[in-house]
Amino acid sequence: MSSVQIRDVRKSFGNFEVLHGVSIPIEDGQFVVLVGPSGCGKSTLLRMLAGLENITSGTISIGDRVVNNIQPKERDIAMVFQNYALYPHMTVGENMGFSMKLRGESTGEINKRVKRAAEILALSPLLERYPRQLSGGQRQRVAMGRAIVRDPQVFLFDEPLSNLDAKLRVAMRTEIKELHQRLKTTTVYVTHDQIEAMTMADKIVVMHDGIVEQMGTPLELYDKPENQFVAGFIGSPAMNFLKGHVRVNGVATFEGPNGVKLPLKNAPAASDGRPAVYGVRPEHFTIADDGAEAEIVVVEPTGSETQVFAKVGGEQVVAVFRERHQFNPGDKVRLKPDPSVVHLFDEATGKRM
Amino acid sequence: MAVMAESVAAQVKRSSLWTRAFESRNFLGAMFMVPAIAILILFLAYPLALGFWLGLTDTKIGGAGRYIGFQNFVSLAKDSVFWLSVFNTIFYTVTASVVKFAVGLYLALLLNERLPFKSMIRAIVLLPFVVPTVLSAIAFWWIYDSQFSIISWVLIKAGLITRYIDFLGDPWNARWSVVAANIWRGVPFVAITLLAGLQTISPSLYEAANLDGATNLQRFRHITLPMLSPIIAVVMTFSVLMTFTDFQLIYTITRGGPINSTHLMATLSFQRAITGGNLGEGAAISNAMIPFLVAAILLSFFGLQRSRWQQGGRD
Repeated sequence: MSSVQIRDVRKSFGNFEVLHGVSIPIEDGQFVVLVGPSGCGKSTLLRMLAGLENITSGTISIGDRVVNNIQPKERDIAMVFQNYALYPHMTVGENMGFSMKLRGESTGEINKRVKRAAEILALSPLLERYPRQLSGGQRQRVAMGRAIVRDPQVFLFDEPLSNLDAKLRVAMRTEIKELHQRLKTTTVYVTHDQIEAMTMADKIVVMHDGIVEQMGTPLELYDKPENQFVAGFIGSPAMNFLKGHVRVNGVATFEGPNGVKLPLKNAPAASDGRPAVYGVRPEHFTIADDGAEAEIVVVEPTGSETQVFAKVGGEQVVAVFRERHQFNPGDKVRLKPDPSVVHLFDEATGKRM
Repeated sequence: MAVMAESVAAQVKRSSLWTRAFESRNFLGAMFMVPAIAILILFLAYPLALGFWLGLTDTKIGGAGRYIGFQNFVSLAKDSVFWLSVFNTIFYTVTASVVKFAVGLYLALLLNERLPFKSMIRAIVLLPFVVPTVLSAIAFWWIYDSQFSIISWVLIKAGLITRYIDFLGDPWNARWSVVAANIWRGVPFVAITLLAGLQTISPSLYEAANLDGATNLQRFRHITLPMLSPIIAVVMTFSVLMTFTDFQLIYTITRGGPINSTHLMATLSFQRAITGGNLGEGAAISNAMIPFLVAAILLSFFGLQRSRWQQGGRD
């Protein structure tokens, strides 16, 4: 186990820079999730950490060793690939023991370690099978087994669950988290799925267009997004954004599209008349007499909750209720955001106000 | 239901035999196969059977032969030229195939790397395969010419030898010369097919092996070679079959000479049957190739049998 330091790392392919100076400190034993939309550079960063891509500038260190010029095999890391990259001509056991075999360790030692890893992952009955004879979830576990056998300083996961069906994905999510709690190995996990990030991470790093937008614990990111991008990316369904102006005369309010009045707890200093974006999560709406007028467009019940799409001031918003309201399309209701948990962003910069 | 079944049965009875035949799955299936079977019989089965039959007769050009049993084979068994051609064929096939495989694999691995002008180099590698065999054979004939050979000329100018090499006049020189020509012609097929096989290997396997600590040689030994083995089996079967039955190169460059030292079974068969007029004997030589070819096919059949890791599904 080790800490990992990523300091001002840049990556260019030819003249095209894809990472613009990324710094991420990772503590020993932490589970860090790099999350962002495709093309944000998260996988490239992971591959640089693994040594599969060169570092254009900046430094990456594992433990107290700068690894910029160290071969992948010398870095003492293990990686789980998106397509698992299992060797198709080797059995599960051979796949898991391959790295030890290359290091010339004794068959007895290899068998012992493979057996132990197989027990952890419930793979013991499958050791003689070939990858083709396994289901997706089993292959995924073999890929993790291959990583565990090596007992590395750092685990790297590159979108390991994206090839699984929805149900299995949820199950494997829990399994990976459990595995981390058990082994306590420093882990860097890349995904584009914010739910995976929220559920698994000790620390989430939200990336976008080659920069880090925000780092923090899942709830920090949920409660205090630093900018509009993070606010929209974290949380499902996504946060509603309404453009308008801050008004301060006596009480602070937000004047939304078509003059809709929305409550604010307190306005930032000297912000009267300032153009801003009002952000409210779907789960922070209530039905109240002093709410903003809204016309219901679509109602989607999921059983545990109901998603309601409605027009507020001509803009579509989504609200989520756990109570079972009887709504029909075309109904007029009054939606009230909870002013203590609404977010205000600068319209020009997208920064939190 | 019963009423409906009866009326359907009545309808079937009324319809003509012809209509019913065309509604029958088996009859239609057979009809669709007729053209293919006709072509196969006319152009493959019939000539093959005729060849078999000719080998058992003393047919000469211009005269109908009579059945003489295995006499052609008995006389061939005592014919030293025939046995020389068997030796030549095996020597030619084995040496050429081994070198073609080695050079082809090397080229394929090279072309699979990031190279400048990669597509141009690939096109150049394919050239020998594209040139008609007889044309390239004539070019080789000039290269090996005893007076105008460019190889001898270069070596003399470089001061490495003092006399022109007699490429096609000496038995062993001639054998190696035609083997070299065959290799030149056969390498592109092996290289391009193996390259196609290499490109199906997922790069992430190499990355995983890299992280697992494999050196270049270990990656080749543990990933490339096992993953490529099915393709290798196919390519080498074809390569061996094509080399074993080669005719054009030899016939154009040496015509089997000097003193039969480059005669392959195919060229000897042609010489005895067409040039010499003994159709029966020539056919017998051709027939004698069949056991070798069957052996080669069987070998590759067992080699090609999918290994356990390629089989899908559960056990």
